[in-house]
Amino acid sequence: MIKSGSRLKSQVCDTQVIVVKTADSLDDLRAGGAPMVPLDDTASSGAALDPAFSGGAVMGKRYVDDAGAEVLVTKAGAGTLSIGTVPLSIKEAKPLPASD
Amino acid sequence: MSISLLLEMAVSADPDRVAVVSETTRYTTAELNALADASAGVIEESGAGSVAYVGMGGDMLPLLLFSAARSGRPFAPLNYRLSGQALRELIERLPQPLVVVDKEYSDIVGDMGAAAIDSDTFCARAQTAAPTVQWPDPDDVAVVLFTSGTTSKPKAVELTHNKLTSYVTQTVEFGSADPSDAALICVPPYHIAGVGAALSNLYAGRKAVYLRRFSASEWIRLVNTEAVTTATVVPTMLERIVSELEARPTPLTTLRNLAYGGSKVALPLVRRALDLLPEVGFVNAYGLTETSSTVAVLTPEDHRTAYASSEEAVRKRLGSVGRAVPGIEAVIRDDEGRVLEAGQPGELYVRGEQVSGKYTGIGSVLDAEGWFPTRDLAVLDEDGYLFIVGRSDDTIIRGGENIAPAEIEDVLVEHPDVRDVAVVGAPDPEWGQIIVACVVPAAGASPNPEALREYVGQQLRGSRTPDRIVFRSELPTTPTGKVLRRELVNDLPTVNAEGAQ
Repeated sequence: MIKSGSRLKSQVCDTQVIVVKTADSLDDLRAGGAPMVPLDDTASSGAALDPAFSGGAVMGKRYVDDAGAEVLVTKAGAGTLSIGTVPLSIKEAKPLPASD
Repeated sequence: MSISLLLEMAVSADPDRVAVVSETTRYTTAELNALADASAGVIEESGAGSVAYVGMGGDMLPLLLFSAARSGRPFAPLNYRLSGQALRELIERLPQPLVVVDKEYSDIVGDMGAAAIDSDTFCARAQTAAPTVQWPDPDDVAVVLFTSGTTSKPKAVELTHNKLTSYVTQTVEFGSADPSDAALICVPPYHIAGVGAALSNLYAGRKAVYLRRFSASEWIRLVNTEAVTTATVVPTMLERIVSELEARPTPLTTLRNLAYGGSKVALPLVRRALDLLPEVGFVNAYGLTETSSTVAVLTPEDHRTAYASSEEAVRKRLGSVGRAVPGIEAVIRDDEGRVLEAGQPGELYVRGEQVSGKYTGIGSVLDAEGWFPTRDLAVLDEDGYLFIVGRSDDTIIRGGENIAPAEIEDVLVEHPDVRDVAVVGAPDPEWGQIIVACVVPAAGASPNPEALREYVGQQLRGSRTPDRIVFRSELPTTPTGKVLRRELVNDLPTVNAEGAQ
């Protein structure tokens, strides 16, 4: 299972994420339809953004799945985040007033 | 997750946004990022094991906070108001520190045996140093803060990268601020609120405007010249701002939110502030160094609802610190550790990703389930609103009965002749401790001690009536407004003691 705190990048767009809460499901985490890889890996050439997964990953948003996994987008990109072919959903936060 | 990544994200979202303003210095997110990398090079070259800072903050705080993180060293901002001796004692407890000192304090720090560099030289050296970036382990210590030590020797609280980033990502939505938003920061750099402000405003996308040396008139001037939308103050500052605005009314047209915290705020002051600034949303924030800043918040809506309500239980909430923030659980326990129901006072325990509870040389004080004992006496109401009664260390034991000073203080501070009050226990051969109320009279008032005792007697049980009332011109406090109760007790024989035994 991938470690919490791991940083991953897309092979087909600019998206980068950090794992906030890990779960087995993240073993099949994808961006733009292609598996995400560790930040310091070299992306395999040839893969292209799948138009069916081009909804975009929004900067600074937390994405979750039903298995309890949570990732934070640390760099925005054009690809959709998904586990296999199931897109992750944005975790909506109740806004708090600024306190410090 | 490293706190460095928060800065990296801010740059990625908008490199040209002004992130830090301090006097004549203005940095964009990209400039702060480049300076942090270069300053990390200076730290790396020094071979130090940690970075300490003695100074008033401003732009130096975010700069050192992020450059220490980039260099993989813990950062310890120290209380610049301490004596040279007290500072040396803290510095000796840090691993091979590089001590960065504002020039105003280089004399106090003097020759301390540690590597020292003044802030200007540090920044100048960053212009030529080879930048360095390390990615510390998320469980490495990012910040060391010393507790104020009102009751014992200061403890070194360790806050890891993960604790601090958990606090920020759980309580702040990235980039949620409007482009025109600006926060005015005047809390001290060595206080957890100073660290929290540097991280959370950057993450929210809010310009951080620093006021290094607080005065109410300068604060008011900056709100208007920098179009400040949010600000955080400690109670003493709130009192001075409200008094200044009452004396010389000035519109604060841009200010939307004013947060207060750091120590207890007396209710009469909250009401004065609400009456004076009806357009401003007030926020009461409660947190501890050990919990990586805020764990509960009383929102602007909570303030308005409580102030306008005719229902006693709702009205009372104006004096609460609100409800737990996302990711934080709070329970009240009795002396045997049993969880108490709503309405029962006991010790507050908190749990969550942001909670550290770890001290250098002591280790973690979290229990097996991850709960942190705050040593604050508190009550939760039916709807989860948290009321802080006081520090358990401050409890007075008179003839075997436990008495929370706050209960008596809350009554006395409402008396028109009382400006400020602290209630302490003084040693007594018969009772063990007796109740002494140290009263600062309102301007021009000379209250009668017997009348004050009767005033308490009419509202609380007889055992709560102060045995003695003493008058003082002011209360000794820490810079964030925490009353130094030990000093009050030590001063007792020498002040004007108007007997009331």
